[in-house]
Amino acid sequence: MRTWLRIFFVGGAISFRALFAWIRPAVYVPTLLLGPTAQVLFFAYLGRTAHLQSDSWFVIGNAVQSASSAALFGMGFAIDGERWTQTLSAVLATPANRAALFLGRGLPVLLNASVTSATGFVGGALLLGFRPPLSSIPGLALLVLLASFACTGLGMLTGAVGLRMRDVPIIANLSMAVLLIFCGVNVPLDKLPHWMHLAADGLPLTHAIAAARRVADGASLGSVTTSVLVELGLGFAYLLLGFALLRWFELEGRRHGTLERA
Amino acid sequence: MNAARIVASGFRTNLKMLGTSSFFLLTSTVQPVIFATLAFFMYRTGDRAGTLLYAALGAGMMGVWSTTLFGSGGMIQWQRWQGTLELGVGAPPSMTLVYLPFSLANSFTGMYALVATLVWGRLVFGVPLHFAHPWLFVLALPATVISLGLMGLVLASTFILYRYANALANLLEYPVWIASGLVFSTSLLPSWTRPISWILPPYWGILALRHAALGGGSVWVPLALVAALGVASIAVAAVTFRLFERLARDRATLSLT
Repeated sequence: MRTWLRIFFVGGAISFRALFAWIRPAVYVPTLLLGPTAQVLFFAYLGRTAHLQSDSWFVIGNAVQSASSAALFGMGFAIDGERWTQTLSAVLATPANRAALFLGRGLPVLLNASVTSATGFVGGALLLGFRPPLSSIPGLALLVLLASFACTGLGMLTGAVGLRMRDVPIIANLSMAVLLIFCGVNVPLDKLPHWMHLAADGLPLTHAIAAARRVADGASLGSVTTSVLVELGLGFAYLLLGFALLRWFELEGRRHGTLERA
Repeated sequence: MNAARIVASGFRTNLKMLGTSSFFLLTSTVQPVIFATLAFFMYRTGDRAGTLLYAALGAGMMGVWSTTLFGSGGMIQWQRWQGTLELGVGAPPSMTLVYLPFSLANSFTGMYALVATLVWGRLVFGVPLHFAHPWLFVLALPATVISLGLMGLVLASTFILYRYANALANLLEYPVWIASGLVFSTSLLPSWTRPISWILPPYWGILALRHAALGGGSVWVPLALVAALGVASIAVAAVTFRLFERLARDRATLSLT
């Protein structure tokens, strides 16, 4: 158990530091800290032109959605980065518990995604006057953490697919695009075609964003319990599916000798 | 004659290389379609359906800018990774001339974005493609794309020194979309941002395209300003390429990845 925890926490942290070129401040700040604010501003102005919703509505949607960029790219590179640094075979040759090995990589990614999302809220507060009630801030923080967890689960899935399809940035970009369109980030869900609305129910972010908007409007966290539980369940479902795929592709990669094929 | 041959052959080669890059095809076709879809939904939901062509043009230009930006950002870095940067720098022609066709090819690839958003808008959202001044539109489009390509050359020159070019590219994507007013009017922005908009070719480019497509204003004035900014960009790029190349040689950082 001690080894499991060591691989989970220490291994995850070392992997995060080692594999992310963008952890350097010169890369990290523009990409992950200023990016969400720019996204929030862009869609708030577009929303004003379209006479759609208030600035706060766009701040919440886009700030929460920005967790997905850190989570999807983070988990993708946490797995695919090993191939680029030619260490994937060495990692997979170890007898280390795979759950500790891969889930441990998710923890720093989850925390980083939450920080990224939080900067979107700060940017919205500074530049667009977003002022939720003070009492709603713990609830919003919890929902951001929850959305980041669900996106990390999806990141595990897309990262696993990257083990087979090789092109992680493309998979991550396309997944982010799906979340941006489907999850009610910038268009109210009831205004989307019915099939998109249905698909949104099974995606991360949809429930967290809806709950965050209600909490920012003054609703209690207890009143959005259903959304919280659904988002949590989706996060676990994607995480488990991603982990299962990862194990399967690992075995397939060993069998066909394709693990290191970039 | 030699210069024309270098431009033509560099343009052709880079266009072929970009055509095999799935990331570039994503940036130049899929991503603009995604943003166009969002803009269509947002304008339609907000009872601004009459502005769908406006949105399609803006989303297309967003794609042109993204492709130029990531292409310029990656141009020098990819050469570093491939080990061909020193060959380009050491070649007898100036660096500006060596990399000009690369930058133009990046922007040309971005033009796919405009085609993609217009076709997508027409087929899926029924956007009417009735242009007020079709011939002026045909003139404004390449002028804007070339001007963006020349601006990309200035950006690329700075990336000789700045090795984290992709991060800078990420930083500049949304702000330029905002400051250029590609899918909304810049009158919404604080007044201090106006001078920033005026020095950006995409700002004048989208005005020229919008006026040519929708009418309601002069096409020639923004077109002339797009051309002027393009000429200014190549003049600046000639200086910055020489300056940054010398600095990179002095510091021995040219090929550091």
